[in-house]
Amino acid sequence: MTRPKRAFTRYTTLNRVNHWINAGLFILLVLSGLSFFHPILFFLSGLFGGGQWARAAHPWFGVGLVISWIGMFIQFWRTNLFNRDDIAWSKAIVQVATNNDEHVPPIGRNNSGQKAVFWAMTLLIPTLFVTGLLIWEVYFGQATSIPVQRVAVLIHSLAALGAILVWVAHVYAAIWIRDSVRSMTQGYVTPGWAWHHHRKWFYQLASGQRAKTDPRKNP
Amino acid sequence: MSDLQSQDYVRRSATTMTPPMARSHEDQVAKLIDVSRCIGCKACQSACMEWNDLRPEIGHFEGSYENPMDLGPSVWTLMKFNEYENEQGNLEWLIRKDGCMHCEDPGCLKACPAPGAIVQYANGIVDFISDKCIGCGYCVKGCPFDIPRISKTDHKAYKCTLCSDRVTVGLEPACVKACPTGAIMFGSKTDMTHWAGERIEDLKSRGFENAGLYDPPEVQGTHVMYVLHHADRPSLYSGLPDEPRISPVVQAWKGILKPLAVIGIAAAALAGFFHWVTVGPNEVQDEDEAEADRAMREVEEEEKSP
Repeated sequence: MTRPKRAFTRYTTLNRVNHWINAGLFILLVLSGLSFFHPILFFLSGLFGGGQWARAAHPWFGVGLVISWIGMFIQFWRTNLFNRDDIAWSKAIVQVATNNDEHVPPIGRNNSGQKAVFWAMTLLIPTLFVTGLLIWEVYFGQATSIPVQRVAVLIHSLAALGAILVWVAHVYAAIWIRDSVRSMTQGYVTPGWAWHHHRKWFYQLASGQRAKTDPRKNP
Repeated sequence: MSDLQSQDYVRRSATTMTPPMARSHEDQVAKLIDVSRCIGCKACQSACMEWNDLRPEIGHFEGSYENPMDLGPSVWTLMKFNEYENEQGNLEWLIRKDGCMHCEDPGCLKACPAPGAIVQYANGIVDFISDKCIGCGYCVKGCPFDIPRISKTDHKAYKCTLCSDRVTVGLEPACVKACPTGAIMFGSKTDMTHWAGERIEDLKSRGFENAGLYDPPEVQGTHVMYVLHHADRPSLYSGLPDEPRISPVVQAWKGILKPLAVIGIAAAALAGFFHWVTVGPNEVQDEDEAEADRAMREVEEEEKSP
């Protein structure tokens, strides 16, 4: 790929491949899951070859997502730990939302919103997995009592709603903050991008130039 | 079971529009099961298997008169036996023919996500249109009576059809036809309720003071009703629910969350779009790049001259 010499690596190849596997499975899950959530969306099951196919495939996508998310968690949990900077940044959330970035306190590699997305998914994906197993009719239909399954299906849909809302926010943020998509497709950002959006991370990278060539050292 | 008559729907699963109902001016029907007249012969079970061409797998003797031990994809009706010792210390053999109750407000239909996989005809019969069933098992969660069973072979839900194919052409259900004691009756719901009233009076006169009709109002009545000698305690009859209702959990899921969630997701997407056209994208400017270059030079110089 063509990449400016001065660019900073934001996501490694492994980061990106894992992320897009995750994203693909998530989208398949949203489309197939919504098809049996509301009748106006039942047509989405046609994308999977019909209702029976959507019903049969959905849980397997879920198994894939959990495996993929374990990879995401291992790679990203450390950079998503909350710290003191998040308090100041979160207080300036209105300035963030209105693009008044000069009034937003400097933040490290990830801001509080990005961290919130990560931890929300870390909570919701296992919740969806466990409740999903309980209502996986083919294999676990008789494993638990019907009252348990009723609660499981309600929690499953609530968690799915939560995950979809988080995902909408995540996708919109990627569109809104220009060139973040490139960081997840090609892996790099320009120094100006890092300066503008993640100034503390910028200084970490600027003061340790070797970090550019060894991305795992990126804090 | 049958989709022959599709212009008399009053309810259709996963449907936001009015189902075809031009030909819906027909009597509400009901099957009346008088447990006080049942002798447990299982003729109804055999008749059900015969008419519907069902062949459940042959199981093992489990030490009970119940055979097989549970409803199944090929067992749509089942005699259930309970030995009950009454207050006088006498044994009462309470036998109940179990199967779909054909609720006026069917929980299975409410929970079903596949359009048209569960329908209710104007005569009250709740029918599974198996062709449209996706095998998710939501009907199992919606049902207050634990009736639908999912086949491991074709991944479809099955239950008693109240012989909708027979009723459509003016015949009584197969179990009714086969019952040798007249414990199973079939007709209009009004007639059956009236007939049950006479039976209950008779039972009361014979000492069953709690005799009564099981037509639970929590599901707006059922199209399969029981005459019970102990109508005050339906659960004596092998777990017939005392107050069958669609679980509040299912109501929350399919009544409240279903529409709100779709609105919520659409609102979130719209909020994003309007943020985009009002506040707009957050773009890195040339000045940012210049500032970044300046800052990098500064850092570099600092590191060179400690």
